[in-house]
Amino acid sequence: MGWQRFGLHAVLVLCSVVMLTPMVWLIAATIKGPDDLFHYLFFPSPSRFSLYNFRQLFEQIPYVRFMINSLFVAGATVLVQLFFSSLGGFALAKYEFKGKRLIMVLMLTTMMIPAQVMLAPMYELIYAMGLVDSYWGLIIPGAVSVFGMFLFRQSMLDLPDDLLQAGRIDGCTELRLYWDVVLPVQRPMIGAFCLIAFMGSWNNFLWPQIILHSQERFTLPIGLNQMVGLYAQEYGAMMAGTLLAVLPVVLLFFLLQKEFISGLTAGAVKG
Amino acid sequence: MNALFFRLQHRYAPYLFVAPFVILFLTFTLYPIAKSLSLSFYITNGPKSQVFVGWDNFRFLWGDPAFHRAVWNTCTYALTSVFLQLPLSLGLALLLNSRLVKGRNFFRFGFFSPHLVGQVFVAVLFSVVFIPKFGLLNRVLHALVGTAIDTKWLGNPELVMPALVLTSLWMYVGFNMIYFLAALQSVDRELYEAAQVDGAGAFKQFVHVTLPGIRSVAVFVTVLSTIGSFQLFELPYVMLSNTAGPDNSGLTVVMYLFQNGFIAGDLGYASAIGWTLTMGVLVISLAQMRLTGTWKRED
Repeated sequence: MGWQRFGLHAVLVLCSVVMLTPMVWLIAATIKGPDDLFHYLFFPSPSRFSLYNFRQLFEQIPYVRFMINSLFVAGATVLVQLFFSSLGGFALAKYEFKGKRLIMVLMLTTMMIPAQVMLAPMYELIYAMGLVDSYWGLIIPGAVSVFGMFLFRQSMLDLPDDLLQAGRIDGCTELRLYWDVVLPVQRPMIGAFCLIAFMGSWNNFLWPQIILHSQERFTLPIGLNQMVGLYAQEYGAMMAGTLLAVLPVVLLFFLLQKEFISGLTAGAVKG
Repeated sequence: MNALFFRLQHRYAPYLFVAPFVILFLTFTLYPIAKSLSLSFYITNGPKSQVFVGWDNFRFLWGDPAFHRAVWNTCTYALTSVFLQLPLSLGLALLLNSRLVKGRNFFRFGFFSPHLVGQVFVAVLFSVVFIPKFGLLNRVLHALVGTAIDTKWLGNPELVMPALVLTSLWMYVGFNMIYFLAALQSVDRELYEAAQVDGAGAFKQFVHVTLPGIRSVAVFVTVLSTIGSFQLFELPYVMLSNTAGPDNSGLTVVMYLFQNGFIAGDLGYASAIGWTLTMGVLVISLAQMRLTGTWKRED
């Protein structure tokens, strides 16, 4: 039994080392000066730590601007998606109405069709609406998350009907019911969805790359990719840009990790 | 009057609640899909000039060597996701699910953490991991083998796909493990005890208790990761500095769609590629669900 336990942990530790090494290497790369970057595999002695890469990063591209743009787009997308998706999920979980089955089928179909087939006509549409090179062109088409609607439907199925009925007898309209009764008890799912939606928007690349044209509107993935093209040899600055771009997601993850893991797997395990 | 308002708002509320989805579905899903079908019969130059060409786009696609290359690369990648990455995810989940493990939450976070780095940022990181002389991979190989390694991972057409697969393993193995682990934890422990009483060994327990217990999740994860693999774009595009790599060795179907539609400006040809992709993905994911019997179980 002892050997088995030891072998198991040895394998797990080995796998963790393999997974974490690129991250440690990334962090080490950001705080090395240009001469040390490839001289030391990981960290040099602390006296040689340098902010050179970050200075390069901020001088060469408007990184702070990209960061603010990304925060704005992701924040707006999360709020809009959260509202519409939970509202839709509520209707699917707790009401009987005509066309409900059809809507569920349409949602499933949407999830199976690769979004890229719609790129060309979507571009024409956004062009016709005059939304090219604007954040509306990013936020409006993605205002409802189908995945989010499934997620909320799943977790709202467990809501007791008596609770809703009690609210109705007290004179709540359906919208009030959603806002005052349903949303407060959906806290964990809201946390999970916020993180999922935030990561989706934060890492979104293809669509923003197509419709954002002016550099001052670029989000981080677009801006960083452009930098890779322009300053291909600035490895240190590229690593610094990558590290800073990942930090907001990591922070949010630590705030919401409990909700996230349960939300991610809830739909899969139950359904 | 008030009572009437209450009855009406109760009856129509669900329609109001799903209205945003329906409106967006009609505008940004149904219309684009139909429009892209019709576009695929045109040659276009930007959004304004269009010439009807019938089946020519599809005929040309059928004989287009670059498209063949893209399909080949994309299928290779998808196959490795399903047959290499998912078994590894399941293996890790089985290890972590063992009752002997101490520090399960730490390991779970360690394996999952690469997924917090989004595709584009992973691609930037790994474009440096793979550089010939000083990249992390060659340095580690150097330490293991003892001689300096100068492999051009992203410059050698033979090695571009392996490099991509390696990157995606790093990014997704832990992510898919989360699903498997949750499924394993929901399997009733009493079933294992019953199997033990009946004299089933570890392998028999795995086949007769574990696999049936995690089946629905396994199907879900397989279908999702197949669909995801067929949409491969960001990873190679950013890793290969916005090119398709030497000899198109990193060209994927979506990248080819993007190049044709948004760099060359032929939205018609791009739509033909998109429709071919959609048909492929639908057929494969429906076949996967059928083979695994998901249809029979639902409804």
